[in-house]
Amino acid sequence: MELQFYHVLIPLLPLIGFLINILLGKEVTRYQAHWPAILAVGGSWICSLLTLRDVLAGHVIDADLYTWILSGSFKVSVGFLLDPLTSVMLIVVTTCATLIHIYAAGYMHGDTGYYRFFAYLNLFTFCMLMLVMGNNFLQLYFGWEGVGLCSYFLIGYYFDKKSAADAGKKAFIVNRFGDFGFGIGVFMIFLTFGTLHYADVFSNASSMVGKTVNFLGMTVDLPTLIALLLFCGAVGKSAQIPLHVWLPDAMEGPTPVSALIHAATMVTAGVFLVARCSPIFNLSDVALNVVAVIGALTMFFASTIALVQNDIKRVIAYSTCSHLGYMFLACGVGAYAAGIFHLYTHAFFKALLFLAAGSVIHAVHTNNIQEMGGLKKYMPVTYAVFLIAGLSAMGFPGLSGFFSKDEIIWSAYASHSAVGKFVWVLAVSGAFFTPFYTFRVIFLTFHGEHRGVHHKEEHGHSAHGSGHGSHGEHHIHESPKVMTVPLMFLAVGAVAAGWFGIPPILGGGAHFAHFLEPVVGHPEFHGTHAEEWAVMGLSTMLALTGLALAAFMYLRKSELPVKLGRAFSVVYKTLYNKYYIDELYNFLFIQPTLWVARKILVGFTDAKIIEGVVNGVPRTIGIFSQVFRKIQSGITNNYAIFMAAGAVFIIALAILLRGSL
Amino acid sequence: MMVPLSWYMVLSLAVFTIGMMGFLSRKNVIIMFMSIELMLNAVNINLISLSHYLQDLRGHILAFFVIAVAAAEAAIGLAIVIALFRNKATAHVDEINEMKG
Repeated sequence: MELQFYHVLIPLLPLIGFLINILLGKEVTRYQAHWPAILAVGGSWICSLLTLRDVLAGHVIDADLYTWILSGSFKVSVGFLLDPLTSVMLIVVTTCATLIHIYAAGYMHGDTGYYRFFAYLNLFTFCMLMLVMGNNFLQLYFGWEGVGLCSYFLIGYYFDKKSAADAGKKAFIVNRFGDFGFGIGVFMIFLTFGTLHYADVFSNASSMVGKTVNFLGMTVDLPTLIALLLFCGAVGKSAQIPLHVWLPDAMEGPTPVSALIHAATMVTAGVFLVARCSPIFNLSDVALNVVAVIGALTMFFASTIALVQNDIKRVIAYSTCSHLGYMFLACGVGAYAAGIFHLYTHAFFKALLFLAAGSVIHAVHTNNIQEMGGLKKYMPVTYAVFLIAGLSAMGFPGLSGFFSKDEIIWSAYASHSAVGKFVWVLAVSGAFFTPFYTFRVIFLTFHGEHRGVHHKEEHGHSAHGSGHGSHGEHHIHESPKVMTVPLMFLAVGAVAAGWFGIPPILGGGAHFAHFLEPVVGHPEFHGTHAEEWAVMGLSTMLALTGLALAAFMYLRKSELPVKLGRAFSVVYKTLYNKYYIDELYNFLFIQPTLWVARKILVGFTDAKIIEGVVNGVPRTIGIFSQVFRKIQSGITNNYAIFMAAGAVFIIALAILLRGSL
Repeated sequence: MMVPLSWYMVLSLAVFTIGMMGFLSRKNVIIMFMSIELMLNAVNINLISLSHYLQDLRGHILAFFVIAVAAAEAAIGLAIVIALFRNKATAHVDEINEMKG
């Protein structure tokens, strides 16, 4: 099957939407900026569905659109690869993007940068689609950097707020570290294969087996090196340890941004990369084990941090971190399909969690869950969808998250390796933490009494004598339809998206895994049905225990968390301060860098060398000119004598040198 | 009797030396101009005599160029001198030292 027009439209429409809003937004579209944006993304959603239909019909399209760079033997095209993996990503990206664009029309209503917001959101969608649709590594890299750039724009959207501007910079700089490795990985691929085209690279991948290469003076296994360098990029983009620090700070961006970029799509690009490069990763056990362990550790640490955070968006951000850890864990044990499956279900329930949290923030104007409470009766729709998303995220049986998470935990168990067992233990413990922190947020936000002091200065005229107490709760109201309707659609996804991948043991067909099998293969698992039931039962039981514990601590004994926090203040403080990772990095990297910048670059290089040259050259010229200006005596005879003497000198020289020349 | 080449050369040398010494030692701008003309004409004598001696017309051509340039130079130079004289009421080079560094 040839490349169709609507395949090209998928990335093209958001690009057009971006161009319309960035060029005409200020003058023409202004507060109607959501129309071009939503229509563009909606159009690509329809085209993505058509593409999915083509792929389901068994077509795999790998076609070049035009030659991008041609230099000697280096040839890169702009081209599209449409296979099952791409089509899954297309559905995830365009569905979430469309719903979030619609939601944002309500959430950002009246903001001064309305058109700018939608322009960047469209540019992001374009870059993300280029990333997932590319058929070569350079196009992947282009999309990769493009989404990073848009992430920077959108985190720092409220750029007049210092914390937002700083968070944007932090995200960008931390990603530099990962992308540096990723870039070198792409260079290594070109050096090894002489091409960056996926099809050529992956079909020859096995030729790398056993080859070694000298890297930084060490002899290392070539597949391991390339896989780990690529994984570097994934670690940065998907906020895995040790580069996870940017994601929680990225919550400074508007909530639709957090939902789209920092939950559903961009941060999952790392998982997509690993799955896409599975032929390379499969050649190296070391690399796979690194992926699994990094994923499991991130999952564990992020979920423990999430237990005690008070910022509603940060809790969900750490939850995203930990779910991304799950996905990498799955890829690391060879179950790429399970990882992508979790990516797909996670996109729905996590985007929903974020958007529901955004709906809450929209109503109460604070991020602190300690200042919320009792919102259930004011925001029934938000409460319902938040609950659905939370249940799906914790893996409540029957919902999307349950099937994908269970498949990951089972894959880790069934891989029967030492690393597999290690990550399985962490994965199961994560299954306990996830419901706890998710429902801690839900109970603190929606149940109990309202604890916030709600903007008396804004609504002072009606904050008293209205029968609702002095909190002014009656100002809290459900979000408008334009926000709640996308939430309902996402809720359907959070419930039902996982039904395509119900494992055979529960009577399903595992269609999702079969669909992806041509791309990522099928892992070899060893395990009986009894074991599978036991593993599933254990993780479900732990999840329900976590839920029950959260209910006990935050509904029944609401003074207990404070007591526990005091009793284990060291643990609490460590978790609350995110294991002091930021402080550690500040001490290890930021302060030395600042020291070098101030003492060496500013103090020496700049003050002595640069300014030395800049000031020294004119000063030297001045000193010389003080001497030479004396020649310029103004006496014509002196000049004449110099000329005569010069002529004599030159003639004498000519005569003397005549013999030797 | 043919006049030998060396006589012309000596004449040229003598005229040039007179011109040069005049240029270096005199202070009056007009005299200095005349010295320059002497030097140029010494060169012309040299060119013509050698041209004749070598039976090569290129020397003649060069001499014509020198005459043409000398004429132009004299015209401009005298114009400058007149302009200077109007401003400073002197033709003495030691009093014209605006270009002193």
